Amino acid sequence: MKPALSIVFFTVASGAGYGLLFWLGLLLPAGLLPMAGWFGVAGVAVALGLISAGLLSSLAHLGRPERAWRALSQWRSSWLSREGVAALATFAPAGVFFLALLAGREGVAAPAGLLAAVGAAATVYCTGMIYASLKPIRQWHHPLVVPGYLLFGAFTGAVLLALLAAAFGLGAGPALLAALLGAAGLALKRAYWASVDAGPPIATVESATGLGFIGRVRPLDPPHTETNYLLREMAFRIARVHAARLRRIVLSAGFMLPALLLVAAALFGGGGALLLTWAAALLALGGMLVERWLMFAEATHTVTLYYRGGSV
Amino acid sequence: MTSLPEPQPGAKKLGLVIDLDTCVGCHACATNCKEWNTSGHMAPLPDHNPYSAGAEGVWFNRVHSYEAGEGEAGRTVHFPRSCLHCEQPACVTVCPTGASYKRAEDGIVLVNTDICIGCQLCAWACPYGAREFDEDAGVMKKCTLCIDRIYNETIPEAQRVPACVATCPAQARHFGDLGDPDSAVSKLVAERGGIALMPELGYAPVNRYLPPRRRAPAPDPGPPRDPGPLPSQIKNPLLRWVDKVLSR
Repeated sequence: MKPALSIVFFTVASGAGYGLLFWLGLLLPAGLLPMAGWFGVAGVAVALGLISAGLLSSLAHLGRPERAWRALSQWRSSWLSREGVAALATFAPAGVFFLALLAGREGVAAPAGLLAAVGAAATVYCTGMIYASLKPIRQWHHPLVVPGYLLFGAFTGAVLLALLAAAFGLGAGPALLAALLGAAGLALKRAYWASVDAGPPIATVESATGLGFIGRVRPLDPPHTETNYLLREMAFRIARVHAARLRRIVLSAGFMLPALLLVAAALFGGGGALLLTWAAALLALGGMLVERWLMFAEATHTVTLYYRGGSV
Repeated sequence: MTSLPEPQPGAKKLGLVIDLDTCVGCHACATNCKEWNTSGHMAPLPDHNPYSAGAEGVWFNRVHSYEAGEGEAGRTVHFPRSCLHCEQPACVTVCPTGASYKRAEDGIVLVNTDICIGCQLCAWACPYGAREFDEDAGVMKKCTLCIDRIYNETIPEAQRVPACVATCPAQARHFGDLGDPDSAVSKLVAERGGIALMPELGYAPVNRYLPPRRRAPAPDPGPPRDPGPLPSQIKNPLLRWVDKVLSR
């Protein structure tokens, strides 16, 4: 599948934004991080900024962005519609959360924060389900795809939380939380890749054409000599050697190094901790962009069977 | 509404039956489809660089050619690919706007291009590559089963079939109600063992493909014939002349 930059940026930015909103909405009312002061206000502002930037970026993928409002109507059947509804609905408690923190109204901020956390989790769940519900793409129609979207959003959100906590001098708790989620993300991504690499094909050119009863089927003449939409959109190919290298970059730079840097930041504290956390945040977000790019680049669609034969 | 209509027993399921035994791979179906539909329900169908390198555009019908089997049993099969008007079309249910829909009255899957936002999720959801994006209009386009021909009372009744069916010189394409077990197309499918494509994905396509007929094995030529002596080996001129006459 073609990695559209608008969608790669959208899912990484709003994933991190919803992750940060989730942790703030959960940890502030729980009293684990301070409600008072500028920490919460800055945190929710960053979260909403990332979410909004991501959502605006997603509009760039549409052929008719001015009609985007219509996407809110089919929540009964469509995960994309549900994502849109959940994203917009989450703005309400998140906005109240932000204003209540700004006004120092802790009684209002606590329930609004919890609701915003629920909305954030629901939105990222819907994002994951958009991909997981697509049966023609084996690498997306996989039980670890939705947990991945949720966990990676929680991880990048926690890294941003750790960065803010370090900037406000609020202790090492968020850094340790983020390091733990980074380790979990590493394990999940490794398990996902092991599973999709070993997974059986979902269809073959023989079943796609129904000609398997004659014998092995291979394409002879293509239907058109030039490219077309299907080939550009769904037959994106990445060299295996690049994929292997990019996977190593995701695991090391995206999960392992940030986790180690965050543990170091928690251990050393002080001014160095802020620097280490900055490095961890940049690596985690950069690694997540590569992870999301690979998620598309490595995904194969059954339509390629008609053009290239074999199995997917 | 992108929720699917409740399946009714005996409901009409209009679709195509494509005979892979008689298809000659001439692309007339694809060409006539393009010709009709570029001014039909989904019009226009874009063409970029039509007269130079890089020519491409939106087509609802694409004719592939395959080799199947090995050696003497192997054969070339031409394979037209278009929308199968599935009974479980995920292209419809994933649509966030209600632009994609399946008609309850005849099962045709259509796009309302007036409300399509061009998110292209339906193209991702279709395993068969039936939908192609119109980059000029920013909306998705697909086969309409020539809805503007089959119900068109301004054209002669014999022409009220999809353009691909009307034009096929080999009569390899048939149109009809696959929900009715007594229809001509249903009987054809039953008689020839018509198949659905990629049934393992669960989309329950309506269109059927008639597999190439199994060919009778070539007749046994028996042991090689004794060619007899060469003319130069026959010494007697009379016998050589007789051999020449009889060998004609």
